[in-house]
Amino acid sequence: MSQHIVPVRVYVTIFAALMVLTALTVYVATLEHGALSTPIALAIAITKAMLVILYFMHVRYSSGLTQISIATGVLFLLVMIAITMADIVSRGWLGTPGS
Amino acid sequence: MATTEHVVAHQFDDAEQQHEASTLGMWLFLVTEILFFGGLFLLYVAYRVTYPEAFVDGSHHLDLRLGTINTVILIGSSLTMALGVHAAQVGRQRALVGFLLLTIVLGSAFLVIKGFEYAAKFEHGLVPGPGFALTGPLGPQVELFFCIYFAMTALHAIHMVIGVGVLAVIAMMASRGAFGPAYFTPVELMGLYWHFVDVVWIFLFPLLYLIGGR
Repeated sequence: MSQHIVPVRVYVTIFAALMVLTALTVYVATLEHGALSTPIALAIAITKAMLVILYFMHVRYSSGLTQISIATGVLFLLVMIAITMADIVSRGWLGTPGS
Repeated sequence: MATTEHVVAHQFDDAEQQHEASTLGMWLFLVTEILFFGGLFLLYVAYRVTYPEAFVDGSHHLDLRLGTINTVILIGSSLTMALGVHAAQVGRQRALVGFLLLTIVLGSAFLVIKGFEYAAKFEHGLVPGPGFALTGPLGPQVELFFCIYFAMTALHAIHMVIGVGVLAVIAMMASRGAFGPAYFTPVELMGLYWHFVDVVWIFLFPLLYLIGGR
């Protein structure tokens, strides 16, 4: 089978990067950042997830069909969160009719 | 591994197409899993936006040390799983079995530590329900945080338990020489599942343990 074989060196490098990012996210959380702390924590988590998905899960070397299927799943997750939050965040804006 | 000739089902042109179809099928399952966990992540976002102080308060009751150790253990188990798939691809039979067993050990260690964390929550009365220990004005909202904490981490832990069980079956098959460079699809798909569970934890860890300045 002509399956792409990722060298061990790449796996170890990705693991090291994941460990550094884990240490970084814990360190950043110990500082008080106020409004910025959640975006920073999420940015680090998304970077870590991308490293796992692209290299450990071989998606970087997968077929376009597999890649677009995954992207569609993530897109619909974001749609679900965005539409629900649009409702929840805006509920108080206009007040309740009749009260 | 000359003994691992695998039959190509008649609807496929060749082994590569069959492998590609299996990978896509596994990913379609994982996409449903993204949306399955996604419902809980949505619940988390909705209530965190509604009760930000209670979420910070609840998060501060979690054990950051154990959470960090578990993150390191789980990412380590993803490395051993990836190295296991690699060993299957290059036909290193004993390394494959070894890495699969190591993944089982690390996955079990994660679950044991999670068990200690849960036990401490029961001991401190932080489990939602009658007798919830925090009675201040934020009490019911912190209770909600713990509802979400237990739902998300328990669903994640159930996935780990299933993963360890399937890993044991794959390891047994591997020890009998079922996999090699010509056929390693079950090992590869097991890896996809295991890494997916790791990715879920990568988001759970900062969202549950690391909020509001520790």
